[in-house]
Amino acid sequence: MNKKPLIDLVHITKSFDGACVLDDMSLSIHENEFLTLLGPSGCGKTTTLRILGGFVQPDQGQVIFDGQDITQVPPNKRNLNTVFQKYSLFPHMNVEENIAFGLKIRHKSDAYIRDKISYALKLVNLDGYEKRMPSLLSGGQQQRVAIARAIVNEPQVLLLDEPLAALDLKLRQDMQYELIRLKNELGITFVYVTHDQEEALTISDTVVVMNQGYIQQMGTPEDIYNEPENAFVADFIGDSNILDGLMIRDELVEILGVKLPCVDTGFGEYRPVDVVIRPEDVKLGDPGQGFLDGVVSHIIFKGVHYEMEVMAGGFEWLVQGTKAFPVGTPVSLSVDPFDVQIMNKPESEDEKAVAMDE
Amino acid sequence: MRKPWRWMNRKKQAFLSGPYLVWAVGFIVLPLLMVLYYGLTNADGGFTLENILAIGDSIHLQALWQSILIALGSTVISLVVAYPLAYILSKKQGERSGVIILMFILPMWINFLLRVMALQMILSNTGILNAILSFFGLPAQHLLYTRTAILIGMTYDYLPFMILPIYNAMCKIDRNLIDAAADLGAGNLLIFRKVVLPLSMPGVISGILMVFIPSISEFAIADILGGSKILLIGNVIEQEFTTTNDWNLGSGLSVVLMIFIFVSMAILNKNDAEGEGQMLW
Amino acid sequence: MVKKWLEKCYVGLIFFLLYAPILILIVCSFNASKSRTVWGGFTLHWYTDLLQDAEVMAAVQTSLALTTTSAVVATVLGTLACIGMAAMSQRKQQAVMTLTNIPMLNADIVTGIAIMLLFVRFGTLGYLSMLAAHITLGVPYVILNVMPKLQQTSKSIYEAALDLGASPGHAFLRVVLPDILPGILSGFLLAFTISLDDFVVTYFTKGAGINTISTMIYQQVRRGINPEMYALSTILFLTVLLVLWVVNRISAKQVRETRV
Repeated sequence: MNKKPLIDLVHITKSFDGACVLDDMSLSIHENEFLTLLGPSGCGKTTTLRILGGFVQPDQGQVIFDGQDITQVPPNKRNLNTVFQKYSLFPHMNVEENIAFGLKIRHKSDAYIRDKISYALKLVNLDGYEKRMPSLLSGGQQQRVAIARAIVNEPQVLLLDEPLAALDLKLRQDMQYELIRLKNELGITFVYVTHDQEEALTISDTVVVMNQGYIQQMGTPEDIYNEPENAFVADFIGDSNILDGLMIRDELVEILGVKLPCVDTGFGEYRPVDVVIRPEDVKLGDPGQGFLDGVVSHIIFKGVHYEMEVMAGGFEWLVQGTKAFPVGTPVSLSVDPFDVQIMNKPESEDEKAVAMDE
Repeated sequence: MRKPWRWMNRKKQAFLSGPYLVWAVGFIVLPLLMVLYYGLTNADGGFTLENILAIGDSIHLQALWQSILIALGSTVISLVVAYPLAYILSKKQGERSGVIILMFILPMWINFLLRVMALQMILSNTGILNAILSFFGLPAQHLLYTRTAILIGMTYDYLPFMILPIYNAMCKIDRNLIDAAADLGAGNLLIFRKVVLPLSMPGVISGILMVFIPSISEFAIADILGGSKILLIGNVIEQEFTTTNDWNLGSGLSVVLMIFIFVSMAILNKNDAEGEGQMLW
Repeated sequence: MVKKWLEKCYVGLIFFLLYAPILILIVCSFNASKSRTVWGGFTLHWYTDLLQDAEVMAAVQTSLALTTTSAVVATVLGTLACIGMAAMSQRKQQAVMTLTNIPMLNADIVTGIAIMLLFVRFGTLGYLSMLAAHITLGVPYVILNVMPKLQQTSKSIYEAALDLGASPGHAFLRVVLPDILPGILSGFLLAFTISLDDFVVTYFTKGAGINTISTMIYQQVRRGINPEMYALSTILFLTVLLVLWVVNRISAKQVRETRV
């Protein structure tokens, strides 16, 4: 990936009516990157996008675009375009007029506009829909028109604000692939906002997990999933067993009164930590074979695997596996040291509150 | 979503209200202050409460009482007539329902004086109603220039104002609610009592306001159908300005009428969440 | 089945009662006899009389000029007011709305007297005082129709236009205005109707020797009805019908076109 930053958000702070939405946030977005801002509602992800688009002015900090400070530049003078959550097609214009809107403002020739429209509609698989009114299109079609309307202006960056939130599951999945294809074909930067962790992991090059105005973790989808940096990220991304633990020494942690080997070092001795174990990493066996014994209390069939709840050591463990253990079966839990994630406890009360939130 | 949005500098945009605000101060607030001023002064310009207290004179009090009775009467009659009508019309929604409801509003577009004039023709002693009655051998009725004639005239004139808000409120009722009530085992009568009636209340209240307020201050209908024999409060005020020329007294009575209207509106509005003009359209 | 039949009868009966007086007016306008109950044969006499009646024609002219001018001014004032209000805080908006509700909820007779007093004191009664009164009556209806539309207009549509490079003014004209246009139009129509139908306020604010259709009819009715008035009502009724029919056709056509 090209490592030259295209956009730099520098120490951005923003509050609305006294409530702090973004607190001293810094973020670099690279050329040609598919970057996703992920978090629960109210985490500041949409505000970040609106600051990029120019619809919101930060209280403090700068937006640097291609080396230039654009913090004060109004939205109509920025070389980026937005696809809004509710599509925001102009209801009184047909598809063609919607797409031509930005080009007409830039006084492009009719021939150019015609070419661009047919190119863009082909790109989003909607050729033949030029004369349709937006109200007669399905949600997915409207969304694709909104994308076409944005990309004909050849922005360097496309901002997408939960563009798929209103679509049903099947359509959403199709559109996710379409977006990845589009990004590759156009070779531009996508900044995407969503609260759907699965979507974020599927489509992004880089995921930025946000909560309460802070960036919790930033990295590739694999990093975020496999190496969550704190309990919030672990809990928000996928299902997790999160337990209070005590780091005895390097590579050994105690949970629920049982010592468990792990691979983490550098946490000090006898330090309270959070321990995260993904449900698919817990293996069930006959009693006595693992680090802890328990009894299966629930089981549901999920298609590719079974999801079970196991009562062990006074904790309800979430376990996924391909072999079914009926309710009431005594089992043992075991886990590979490599799959035990150790995290620092949140330091301030504030961060703790953040962690408790989800 | 109710947050105000703006399309330019906030202050600059707010200034666009300027012309209207100046207008409103000049032609709404100032004139009402003039009424108050005239109402609280005598012919020499000295302060007095006489014009306000004059409402206690037996002739004024009787006029106000008559007005209230007739306004209440026409409000109740139009409500009783309009409610079932609105209910029936709201049930058949579709392509043609727009046209049907339009037919019921259409008379509103004919100048009301013309319609009242037509009523005068129908109700007069040698009019059509009596012609029909005598055709069937029934005794003639002396309706014109009675209170009944005024009541008929007002009800006829303001009926569409009652139909429309109620119809609109009923159309807004989600059909699923009715289905849900039926699904939960409610019979037709229960559905009507528990779902349709409460949900149509905003429309009913709007309708009551829209009939009661104009009819309590009406003077032209009373003049034409009552033949100046029956004085309503509107007639009294009108005469103070046009014939007796006691503007101070007329203003004082206007102030009383205004207070009466706003008080009765406040009482009704307590449980009316929606603006009335919106309900009408 | 019986219920359906009863419902139909009820609707029909009220329909008949509402239209009977209008029907009688129309019939009488063609009646050669001046009597209301005797049919004296068909005539267009009252219509030709009407057209030659200078007083009637002057009133019609005044009414049309007054109604059109006041509706246009009210629409402009009201629409600008709404756009301005959109930028105000909730409390200021509420205050302006309360002020706006006054002429709509107050008794017409009080509104008429109030404006009359103003003009007698600081000016003279005449065409201008009537115009001011009609504009004042009309603006609240414009505001009540435009404001909800403006609140419904999604902010993101306006932002989308900015995002695509439109200046704020251009975005407003091209995107927001078309979206609230139906509200502005219905506000205009209502202001027009209110003005045309008004009698009470006009009665108090008109100067001597000037009449609108309403005040002229009132004078006529008090003097004793001249059958010319029946002709006038027929013409007015047919005009309204025609306008409604045309409007209906246009909107039906629009609906069809958007469905293509």
